[in-house]
Amino acid sequence: MQWETVIGLEVHLQLATRSKIFSGSPTTFGAEPNTQASAVDLAMPGMLPVLNEQAVRYAVMFGLGIGADIGKRSVFDRKNYFYPDLPKGYQISQFQDPIVGRGRFEIQLEDGSSREIGITRAHLEEDAGKSLHEDFHGMSGIDLNRAGTPLLEIVTEPDLRSAAEAVAYLKALHSLVTYLGISDGNMAEGSMRCDINISLRPSGSEAYGTRAEIKNVNSFRFVERAIRHEVERQADILEDGGKVAQETRLYDADLDETRPMRSKEVANDYRYFPEPDLLPVVITDDYIEAIRASLPELPTEKRHRFTEQYGLSAYDANVLADTRPLADYFEAVVAGCGDAKIAANWVQVELLGQLNRNELDIDNSPVPADALGGLIVRILDNSISGKIAKQVFEAMWQGEGTADAIIEAKGLKQVSDSGALEAMVDEVIANNSAQVEQYLAADEARRKKLVGFFVGQVMKLSKGQANPQMVNELLAKKLV
Amino acid sequence: MHRHSVAQLVQGLRDKQFSSTELTRHFLDRIAALDGRYNSYISVPETAAMDAAAAADRRLAAGDAAVLTGIPIAHKDIFCTDGLRTSCGSRMLDNFVPPYDATVIQRFKRDGAITLGKTNMDEFAMGSSNESSFYGHARNPWDPERVPGGSSGGSAAAVAARLAPAATGTDTGGSIRQPAAFCGITGLKPTYGRISRLGMIAFASSLDQAGPMARTAQDCALLLNTMAGHDPLDSTSAAVATEDYTAALDNSLEGLRIGLPREYFGEGLDAATGALVDSALKELTALGARLVEVSLPHSHLTVPAYYVIAPAEASTTLSRFDGVRYGHRCADPVDLHDLYTRTREEGFGDEVKRRILVGTYALSAGYYDAYYKKAQQVRRLIKQDFLDCFEQVDVIAGPTTPGPAFKLGEKSDDPIAMYLEDIYTLAVNLAGLPGMSVPAGFVQGRPVGFQLIGRHFDESRLLNIAHRYQQATDWHLQEPPEVAEGSA
Amino acid sequence: MAIEQDEIEKIAELARIRIDADRIGDVTRRITDILHMVDQLQAADTSGVEPMANPLDATQPLRADEVTESNRREAFQAIAPAVENGLYLVPKVIE
Repeated sequence: MQWETVIGLEVHLQLATRSKIFSGSPTTFGAEPNTQASAVDLAMPGMLPVLNEQAVRYAVMFGLGIGADIGKRSVFDRKNYFYPDLPKGYQISQFQDPIVGRGRFEIQLEDGSSREIGITRAHLEEDAGKSLHEDFHGMSGIDLNRAGTPLLEIVTEPDLRSAAEAVAYLKALHSLVTYLGISDGNMAEGSMRCDINISLRPSGSEAYGTRAEIKNVNSFRFVERAIRHEVERQADILEDGGKVAQETRLYDADLDETRPMRSKEVANDYRYFPEPDLLPVVITDDYIEAIRASLPELPTEKRHRFTEQYGLSAYDANVLADTRPLADYFEAVVAGCGDAKIAANWVQVELLGQLNRNELDIDNSPVPADALGGLIVRILDNSISGKIAKQVFEAMWQGEGTADAIIEAKGLKQVSDSGALEAMVDEVIANNSAQVEQYLAADEARRKKLVGFFVGQVMKLSKGQANPQMVNELLAKKLV
Repeated sequence: MHRHSVAQLVQGLRDKQFSSTELTRHFLDRIAALDGRYNSYISVPETAAMDAAAAADRRLAAGDAAVLTGIPIAHKDIFCTDGLRTSCGSRMLDNFVPPYDATVIQRFKRDGAITLGKTNMDEFAMGSSNESSFYGHARNPWDPERVPGGSSGGSAAAVAARLAPAATGTDTGGSIRQPAAFCGITGLKPTYGRISRLGMIAFASSLDQAGPMARTAQDCALLLNTMAGHDPLDSTSAAVATEDYTAALDNSLEGLRIGLPREYFGEGLDAATGALVDSALKELTALGARLVEVSLPHSHLTVPAYYVIAPAEASTTLSRFDGVRYGHRCADPVDLHDLYTRTREEGFGDEVKRRILVGTYALSAGYYDAYYKKAQQVRRLIKQDFLDCFEQVDVIAGPTTPGPAFKLGEKSDDPIAMYLEDIYTLAVNLAGLPGMSVPAGFVQGRPVGFQLIGRHFDESRLLNIAHRYQQATDWHLQEPPEVAEGSA
Repeated sequence: MAIEQDEIEKIAELARIRIDADRIGDVTRRITDILHMVDQLQAADTSGVEPMANPLDATQPLRADEVTESNRREAFQAIAPAVENGLYLVPKVIE
């Protein structure tokens, strides 16, 4: 039996506001327990919520970023359930009338192809606190610093069909929200959390199978693994003729498996109803248009522009447009050297390579964009070879100065003086008569291989500074 | 001194007839001597009150006083007071000492008023008799075998017994107006959103409002001046400018059109009470007003709509009482479930539990449309009834309650009968309108009030009508016999 | 609308209120009475009527994104039933 995997993702995104969604407490990460929990956050008697405008703004920005309908009249609802990290005994969320309606989201797959994923809705809500399960003599400890942090819950249609697509979606989402500056989308720190709804159905079938929900997966890798494991698990059950239970599961990274959540949550009746301490949120067309006008170029637009304007492959465009700082860096390099393809190669391979090895992000690159542009100019004007350039780059990385300064100081300028080169070629030919004979006796194809020896010798003689192209031309002239 | 109105006390302080220290001491002594009988107070912070009085005297001497500086005020134990136990009449909060003041309390403090004490109330403001309080029932000073009304029963009793010159109350379905009527005092529930709800322990968020309770309309106006105003920390607070609520008190009532809903004068209204309300209306016509018969056709839906909406909201608002961060916690919980269920079973009284269950049911899966949503639709119809009337009249009048105060224990076993006590007051909360109860006379020695209902934000007009009425009558000046006898 | 005792038990569980076995009959009766009263709503014609959540039909004001609260942990935890190392203690929570 061929099974088709059907996946829908619910992402909870922490919005990067300074204060919480309904109170003036700070949202900074990592503070001492309960030092960022005000009377409102602690649900003390008589306390009331007041809505943070920035949370609304960020939600609208997201909605515009996915081409969605913006809810001009959205309503907050109470979602009622008891849990120690939920101080009020209800979460203020949005049920019937969310702030963002249907949208579409383009994702890029590894092979460069793209797919459009439907977004059902996105709504604002408050985050809960945290339970610490280390033993306090048989008790759990509750930290409410996180309670009240603004969340945007983004729900996709069940349009994803594989672990790879799910990861591509999450990466694209991360890219979009960092572009917009509405969240740092950091899965490891918990500012982007993913719930996976996954079911299988026979290939070609229209009806959906029973789905399981895997909650709170916090890295791209774990998402991929959890999905793979879950697909296997469900396929096994179905192939044995069994039924998949509709349940909530957790992904255990250590054991690389999913297991049902132990809390015996009998089907929860959340008793949603409009929050009477808040009023309907009404936003005007002017407000929305002003936000639209202030949006930066979005990742999808930038990707398309990179392929058209710079002739980049879809893959390269995807990598370089991943974050705004990287995209801006790349474009600055192109502006500096005029050659997009070489710039793309250098940024992706050399620069990103060094950044990753040193665990730096692009904003902390020791080599600024204009400096890299300057280095590439020297390759283009034949001052140095590509190989020497890598040496120069390494020196630039270590802070030894600009490309020109380093080339000068180390005397790395490529030898392109035909007179000097000719002299070196003659010397090599003279000193290697056996190889010359071998070359002259060989056919076209074999000659292509053998010429490398002479090139190598000239390079050695020139301490790597000979212009390889010119050397090749001279050898072709002289080896007759 | 305890016979004086707030207005007279303000003058007395200004004229240096007495100091705030003397005034406050006087009331504290009276409370200590007499409140054992009425049980109108839950907490009396003597030292803090005297300290505040001394500070007020310094302000008065420095010429730096506001109107209410030095005036002792009793506060319903529903307003959070920093450093002073705030129980909401419940075992759940018997040990709760808030580290913050409600906005209302902050405003009184800013104006230099003295917190005389926290008054008794029905538990979590759910009740019409003050019989559900964890601290025992309060007694009506006019007849101590009868209830003072509720939920602001303690505040009403304290003012009637001259154990406070004025008090604050809250009103969700009549909880200021009904006890004011039962105790022969004047009470005002302003327009929804007129006074901040921050720090006022919530019962039903879309219905709750704080308000003044005193012996005269003028005193209510003085308190309202301090209490009213927009609070940006309360999203439901109205961004509508306040006014000086004493400015229009003496306006003429010539040409005033008073609407009398036929639904308020029929079955269910005690004859003697009805007769007193009619007299009051006659008095108003003598002052220049004109009576117009009107109709509020959806009146019969008021009680059912209220008893869905209020419990539904309360059922979730009270979920925060779970023994984790403050308040009562059961001993030795064996697991989380036990912590929640036993804490709440021990901490809440029967009426509160009943209403939480009704509210939870009304919101639960399958019933939301039929109950909660339906009730909110009916609510809009009820409000529209009033707005339609206000096209023809300036104010609506009628009885506050179906009769005078009932006996202790008489209705405590019959919740529905208790709910029907609020039949004339509930609609006012549903529509968010301002409503006021004014003393209108006595039925066999027990006070009765008439109610005035105004357009949104028309508090000044209500106070004006009541004030002119009180200049022509003296019901509001009567003292309960046993209070008059015992007085120094 | 009659309500069964087991439904009351479910509702009590949702509300995390424990009702003793010997009281549940009484509670069921009283709540049934209230719900009977409330059933009068069903007769009302509300077609086309917008539910009213706020008496003034007002809309939500928005607050500027500023930190206005300071750390008051000591004051808040002084009144807490069970705290340790700045955390609120509850019986162990199992996932």
